[in-house]
Amino acid sequence: MADMRVDLAGVKLKNPVTTASGTFGFGREYNSFFDISRLGGISVKGLTLLPRNGNPSPRIAETPMGMLNSVGLQNPGVDAFIAHELPWLKSRKAVIIANISGNTPEEYGEMCEKLSAAGVDMIEVNISCPNVKAGGLAYGTQPGLAAEVTAVAKAHSTVPVMVKLSPNVTDVTQIARAVEDAGADAISLINTLRGMVIDVKTRRPILKMNTGGLSGPAVLPVAVRMVWEVHNTVKIPILGMGGISSGSDAAQMMLAGAAAVAVGAATFADPLAPIRILEELENICDAQGVSAAQLTGALMPW
Amino acid sequence: MILLQTETCCKILYKDSLNPHAVRLELSVGDMVERSFLAPGQFVHIKCGHSRLLRRPISVCTCQSEPEGGDLLTVVFEIRGEGTAWLSRREAGDKLDVLGMLGNGFRMTPKGRYLLVGGGIGVPPLLGCAQYADGNCDAVLGFRDSSHALLLNQFSQHCAALAITTEDGSLGERGFVTGPMEALLTGNHYDAILCCGPKPMLKAAAALAHKYAVPCQVSLEERMACGVGACLGCAVQMSDGSMKHVCKDGPIFDAGEVDWNG
Ligand SMILES: Cc1cc2nc3c(=O)[nH]c(=O)nc-3n(C[C@H](O)[C@H](O)[C@H](O)COP(=O)(O)OP(=O)(O)OC[C@H]3O[C@@H](n4cnc5c(N)ncnc54)[C@H](O)[C@@H]3O)c2cc1C
Ligand SMILES: Cc1cc2nc3c(=O)[nH]c(=O)nc-3n(C[C@H](O)[C@H](O)[C@H](O)COP(=O)(O)O)c2cc1C
Ligand code: FES
Repeated sequence: MADMRVDLAGVKLKNPVTTASGTFGFGREYNSFFDISRLGGISVKGLTLLPRNGNPSPRIAETPMGMLNSVGLQNPGVDAFIAHELPWLKSRKAVIIANISGNTPEEYGEMCEKLSAAGVDMIEVNISCPNVKAGGLAYGTQPGLAAEVTAVAKAHSTVPVMVKLSPNVTDVTQIARAVEDAGADAISLINTLRGMVIDVKTRRPILKMNTGGLSGPAVLPVAVRMVWEVHNTVKIPILGMGGISSGSDAAQMMLAGAAAVAVGAATFADPLAPIRILEELENICDAQGVSAAQLTGALMPW
Repeated sequence: MILLQTETCCKILYKDSLNPHAVRLELSVGDMVERSFLAPGQFVHIKCGHSRLLRRPISVCTCQSEPEGGDLLTVVFEIRGEGTAWLSRREAGDKLDVLGMLGNGFRMTPKGRYLLVGGGIGVPPLLGCAQYADGNCDAVLGFRDSSHALLLNQFSQHCAALAITTEDGSLGERGFVTGPMEALLTGNHYDAILCCGPKPMLKAAAALAHKYAVPCQVSLEERMACGVGACLGCAVQMSDGSMKHVCKDGPIFDAGEVDWNG
């Protein structure tokens, strides 16, 4: 049996398979299908300082081997998460990654303080959500702003800070370097790619917000390429995600440079996808006689 | 504790057409009914081939739990796009990957008296309600035209009174369900009105229910990804400004809590 343990910026994961923020709620739903503590970690639904209702429906549109979403960070707010969801997650003994979005650097700082004190294992700073008008995407597309948010988050956290990057940029390595220089402990990518689906009969976009974020198997090669570029640029560890739906997809992501991976939309098709992907990845490691950690960055590019 | 699972090998036992537009499949679903039946009005989330990422939500028409994992469940659907077209090409003996049963279902009590109001492809899920109430219910079923009518015999078996409407008058009364609904509401007592159909019909039914001060439950539709409450994709606006989710808080909602203008 291969050694599946990996280290993500000092956070010890029992295996490299985690869940992508926004696709796994706060873990309760999928805990009806499998014991969520079997996973390396759980990144919870994106949190904001105050509760958010999210965007009007339709929020979901199917695309060729993927989907758009425009959920818009619907969440109960960071305080309600700490009071009502975190204790349960802790009792499951899952490694908890809190995903946060703010309108200002100060909001990020305040959330980091609260979450660090409440005892999450890691904070994932979302500077890349395409569904929020204020803040959000702007931070993720400008190196200076990304660095500022990272520095504030770091200054207010006592747990490792991971910054989640947007793929909706010309050069992702610029942003990656900026957040590394600003003190980020890890980087996660990719968030969703902006897209649009139109109903030809009604001449209306399917999504009420007109556009949304693309994810699912269709984005895998884009994500692998971006993880590889970032791996070649920074020294901090990478949590790779985008389109993973098999163990071999996960292995690709790790070979490209990810220390661990996250599974998102694949879980909607198959609620057991994270567990299946973990088992398939284990088989790959066994067959190649390597530990999971030995896959990271082991790509042999031409 | 493991409460939910996908039945990846649900065999299609029987397939037929209820009219030129609607296909019915009877599925063998393991112990799904035993495990997850709550009330009529729940749905299942069906994988429609490997080239489509998302499952398709389809309401349960009828279901029954059987010994030794031989539970039976029927669904009725119309072809709307690629997924339902794929589903319509399955034949008896083929296997389906089905997640369910999901959602809450209509709240019904054994002694309750119900008015069932269905429109088009929203009619089949009400058959479960008719079976449950068995005789202690009336139904108003509306269709576009006679070629879209379905399950009329089954409803007449379980309903004291059955009224049919079509938009073109080709079957039953010409017009919408609201005509016969109002007539029935004037002369009878109901503990609740149970509705499933297109949104404009639900809205009109809800308004009548309000007028006659009868509690009303409606089955809502929204585009879904996970089907279990994790992705927050299937949000519907409530009259108090909050968001609820069709897959988890519904698909059945009290008509009074829904924001009909949202
Ligand atoms: C709770 C619930 C119960 C339903 N019960 C039935 C039923 O018993 N019989 C029946 O014929 N139909 C039912 N529907 C509608 C059915 O889900 C859609 O007709 C079906 O998803 C269309 O898929 P498609 O691939 O054929 O169409 P496409 O338009 O190609 O689908 C593209 C995407 O949009 C989604 N979508 C399209 N229309 C709808 C819709 N009206 N509601 C939700 N998602 C939609 C699909 O699921 C898919 O993700 C129900 C919907 C819900 C939400
Ligand atoms: C419905 C949905 C909601 C999401 N919500 C969030 C969120 O709140 N915060 C965030 O950082 N990313 C969010 N994401 C992005 C995912 O975490 C992930 O980066 C992306 O979906 C790519 O992975 P996938 O292709 O495996 O789904 C969301 C994605 C989906 C599909
Ligand atoms: S479909 Fe995911 S929450 Fe309802």
